Amino acid sequence: MTISHEDALMQLDIDIDTTLHSGKRSFRLRMQFASDSRRIVILGPSGAGKSLTLKAIAGLMTPASGHIRLAGRTLFDAAAGINLTPQQRNVAYLFQDYALFPHLTVRQNVGFGLVRGWRNPGLDQPHAAVDYWLQQFDLQHLAQQFPDQISGGQRQRTALARALAARPGALLLDEPFAALDRALRVTLRRELDQLQCRLALPMILITHDPDDAIWFGGHVLKLCDGRLDEAELDAVKDQR
Amino acid sequence: MDIHSISITLGLSLKVAAWATALNLLLGVGVGFLLARGRFPGRALLDTVLTLPMVMPPTVLGYYLLVVFGRQGALGGWLQSQFGINLIFTWQGAVIAAALVAFPLVFKPARAAFEAVDGQLEQAARVLGISECGIFFRVTLPLAWRGILAGLLLGFARAMGEFGATLMVAGSIPGQTQTLSIAIYEAVQAGQDDSANTLVWLTSLVCILVLLAAGRLAPGRIAHQHAQ
Repeated sequence: MTISHEDALMQLDIDIDTTLHSGKRSFRLRMQFASDSRRIVILGPSGAGKSLTLKAIAGLMTPASGHIRLAGRTLFDAAAGINLTPQQRNVAYLFQDYALFPHLTVRQNVGFGLVRGWRNPGLDQPHAAVDYWLQQFDLQHLAQQFPDQISGGQRQRTALARALAARPGALLLDEPFAALDRALRVTLRRELDQLQCRLALPMILITHDPDDAIWFGGHVLKLCDGRLDEAELDAVKDQR
Repeated sequence: MDIHSISITLGLSLKVAAWATALNLLLGVGVGFLLARGRFPGRALLDTVLTLPMVMPPTVLGYYLLVVFGRQGALGGWLQSQFGINLIFTWQGAVIAAALVAFPLVFKPARAAFEAVDGQLEQAARVLGISECGIFFRVTLPLAWRGILAGLLLGFARAMGEFGATLMVAGSIPGQTQTLSIAIYEAVQAGQDDSANTLVWLTSLVCILVLLAAGRLAPGRIAHQHAQ
């Protein structure tokens, strides 16, 4: 394997420690790992802190201490007082239930991140990048539909198109297949696999399903009760 | 009352209610958003204090307004000395009274509407690089708009019907501060049943029109979505 300068950069370097309180219960999340894989899977049961980790990377949750570096860029460093806003981090986040904007069409959803300012993209506003991503995910015929008028698989494609249109530096996926039936899951896994190969986009995926981890490959981390299971750190297959 | 003075009274009522509603659009939506999204000590207390106009007698509110905006009042004295503005016995005073009384009817639905917006949608917009201001106008407000509008129309109707606080603050000067509800009271007191009848019918008609408008203004597309 040749190591170019770019490859030498750590893709993801996380060392965070934070405690969350909810009523009388508290939950401590301690994560420390570094990976230069473009495919990272965090595997663990629900309540293990997977989503919290992903939210910390995206800037939607601020850990009490530690640091997060992605592709050579410091996103968060408690000691140095660095905490980039989610807007500055340039990562994409695929929410488990997709979080599509219900008042906007598929086309407006895909173009959402491409239009700045106070106004949403217009219904028919021409935009080459929007057309490109609609076509990539075979969504052209649904462009004028609203999210509640399309199927679950189509919603996920729309959410992916919206995330990728914003040209992110990394894609974070929160249980991307949990809400889909078996047949659709197989199809979308394959699509995501091809997408990652084609775009060479770093992806961090969290899941409770070991099958997802085996299929997605890359660097698999097992998370249990807020801590990484160190003994289980194994690279299943690094496809880079 | 002749047609001319009735139309002046109606016009004044609509003007006062419209300005009071405009004031509540800014303040009610702002406070509703603050209470829905803000996390600060005293939030519950603020909500309670701001709800008081709904349960307190309008005369008490009118008295408070006189204390605050009167010539000897903290704000009134300052406005008088700095700008030469006096709100007591003016239509602007009636606007303040109507706005205060209608305020809980606007900010409470606005708060509920903002709270009903899925916070994850705002997070999604944040990750997509949209500024906080952009998120408010592109995600939060469009999704909360129906609830806010319902509150504004209720507030408008309440402002139209305002009587007690308005009478205390603005008085009953025909053509200047005498609104429909006050004119009705005056007509009944003076035994002018014909005038009272006309004004009552007029008030009822305006209220029905406001409610019809509320029904029409409901965005069709969202209703259509829920119908599916």
